[in-house]
Amino acid sequence: MFKILKYSFYDLIRSRWSYVYFLFYLALGFVLLFLNNDVSKAVITLMNVIIVLIPLIGTIFGVMYYYNSREFTELLLAQPIKRSSIFMGQYFGVAGSLTLSLVLGLGIPFVLYGLLRSNAIFDFSLLLVTGAFLTFIFVGLSFVIAISNENKIKGFGYAVLLWLFLAVVYDGLFLMSLIVFEEYPLDTFSLVATMLNPIDLSRILILLKLDISALLGYTGAIFKQFFGTNLGFFISLVILLLWTVLPILGLRYKAMKKDF
Amino acid sequence: MFSLLPHRKHALWLILLLLGQSLWAKTWNICNTCENSSIKETIALAKAHDTLLVQKGTYLEYEILVDKPLVIKGIDYPIIDGEEKGEIFRVQSDNVSLDGLFIINVGVSYTKDNAAIRVVQSKNFRIQNMVLEQLFFGIYLEKSSHGKVYHNRIIGEAVDEYNSGNGIQLWYSSDVEVSKNHVQGTRDGIYLEFSDRITITDNVSMDNLRYGLHFMFSNNDVYANNTFENNGAGVAVMFSKFITMKNNTFKKNWGTAAYGMLLKEINDAKIIGNTFEENTIGINIEGSNRINYTNNDFIGNGWAIRVVGACYTNSFKGNNFLYNSFDISYNSKLNDNVFEGNFWSSYTGYDLDKDGVGDVPYRPVKLFSYVVNRTPETIVLLRSLFMDIIDFSERVSPVFTPDNLKDAQPLMKIRS
Repeated sequence: MFKILKYSFYDLIRSRWSYVYFLFYLALGFVLLFLNNDVSKAVITLMNVIIVLIPLIGTIFGVMYYYNSREFTELLLAQPIKRSSIFMGQYFGVAGSLTLSLVLGLGIPFVLYGLLRSNAIFDFSLLLVTGAFLTFIFVGLSFVIAISNENKIKGFGYAVLLWLFLAVVYDGLFLMSLIVFEEYPLDTFSLVATMLNPIDLSRILILLKLDISALLGYTGAIFKQFFGTNLGFFISLVILLLWTVLPILGLRYKAMKKDF
Repeated sequence: MFSLLPHRKHALWLILLLLGQSLWAKTWNICNTCENSSIKETIALAKAHDTLLVQKGTYLEYEILVDKPLVIKGIDYPIIDGEEKGEIFRVQSDNVSLDGLFIINVGVSYTKDNAAIRVVQSKNFRIQNMVLEQLFFGIYLEKSSHGKVYHNRIIGEAVDEYNSGNGIQLWYSSDVEVSKNHVQGTRDGIYLEFSDRITITDNVSMDNLRYGLHFMFSNNDVYANNTFENNGAGVAVMFSKFITMKNNTFKKNWGTAAYGMLLKEINDAKIIGNTFEENTIGINIEGSNRINYTNNDFIGNGWAIRVVGACYTNSFKGNNFLYNSFDISYNSKLNDNVFEGNFWSSYTGYDLDKDGVGDVPYRPVKLFSYVVNRTPETIVLLRSLFMDIIDFSERVSPVFTPDNLKDAQPLMKIRS
């Protein structure tokens, strides 16, 4: 598995897209800090970018990589290597290189602009950790989609639809249902619904640090317990971890079953 | 040479005064081993305008009635222990001065408002450098006027509202100066009821159970340069007129009903140069008219300003709104308030003519804040892409938010 991981990883590190992705974050970081000159404000802006763009790029990159390396995969499958290690190796290679681009691309400008001396360092590291989680989750989901669909166009379509659904449509449906059922006690429902979407979950995780004063404005015992203590933070982290593990397990299962 | 002259004059007066005092005013020494070992008994012996020096030690006394003009001064903070039996000092005379005492163990009562120091119908009193601990009510001024409460430390350990008292309470009092006090851990830090022309400056009121400062039916008061931090519900100003609030700091008042400042039925007030930082709600306004909000800073609040209803002819000018989750929240479609020349950190317009004023008006009310008002649980969707899209479309063509609620001259640079 590690050999495959190494091959995929180095293959990607050398590829043009990784550089583009890295340079994009580098430019974003520098521009944000140059325009704001205030690390805390830049962290807020960055949050919007992270919870929307990272899933999109993770999805597209994952699908693209899977379809492009299909022939190589088939070649590997002919060798006496375990199936799971081939796919796991590829998965971790892609997700790892994307995460590296993200961390370096955003980390360098922030460190240069005096992040280490600012007290936003915790918010910022949380942002990067969430970004890494989202990369792993969405690369995993896109691999599952790609492995289930032979047709490239279909696979791409489903992957982009998945992103669109989780990033925008889900929140719309969520909001509608909250307003339609406003007569009922909704705090448990709204928290559970948040947990069911990794993008919402990461958003809440970051909000717990940035907008905690607003989140505490609503009267509700469950909310108060969730947002007012460290409970919410830990539960969100655990579920995010669960969200990372689930696609990987799905990928393993699909890889075992699939007839190439 | 000239600068020395006034000092000389003062010195002269002082000598005359001391001479005069020694002629008819006596100084009494009170200590555990002295002839006079009880404050109560010494007060009974003393004549008007005498001075009582309370030496270091512990005095187990309560219900000490000061009924003649005396100066009671503690040397090295003598401890006066009320043993939780009731009120400790009761001042019922003009021109009384209490200085440098350490008062502990005021009795908690469910029928009487026992205070460490109660001043009743007196004028020209002066309470300074006192330390009050384990108290019920701290300093209670009742129908008194022209006094000064200066540089006291009041530390309570209040847990429940029903069996705790207020740090400094003014009831039907007027022309009192409350300054440089530190109040913490009481029910209301400073409480005013029916008290006019009070000046409250340079106080720190923190970690109180309910309000840091609480106004009721008190007019023409000024409070300035105070800090209110981490109080259960912040500061409440209610049913009062002509109040000036200047350069105060309201910080970290978090919770479902916590406000930096709660205004209810306040008319003709001035709110200038205050800082509201990291409160759930910076200012909650209800039924308040003709108020000028100028040069305030709202930093990192959940809601910077929440307008609940019936607020007319208020003006918001030259304020900084920085990184609040919501800048302004309204619950009606009507707007009669003016927003002008403020700096909004989420303003995205441009300034082509370079006059420092944005060319596109800023609309501070997000549609999302209406949604949250209606269904509070939707707060979990804060900062989601979907909400941003909806807010954007509302900003382009307002349907739900008041059409004229906008800052037509938003500043491009932060007001420093």
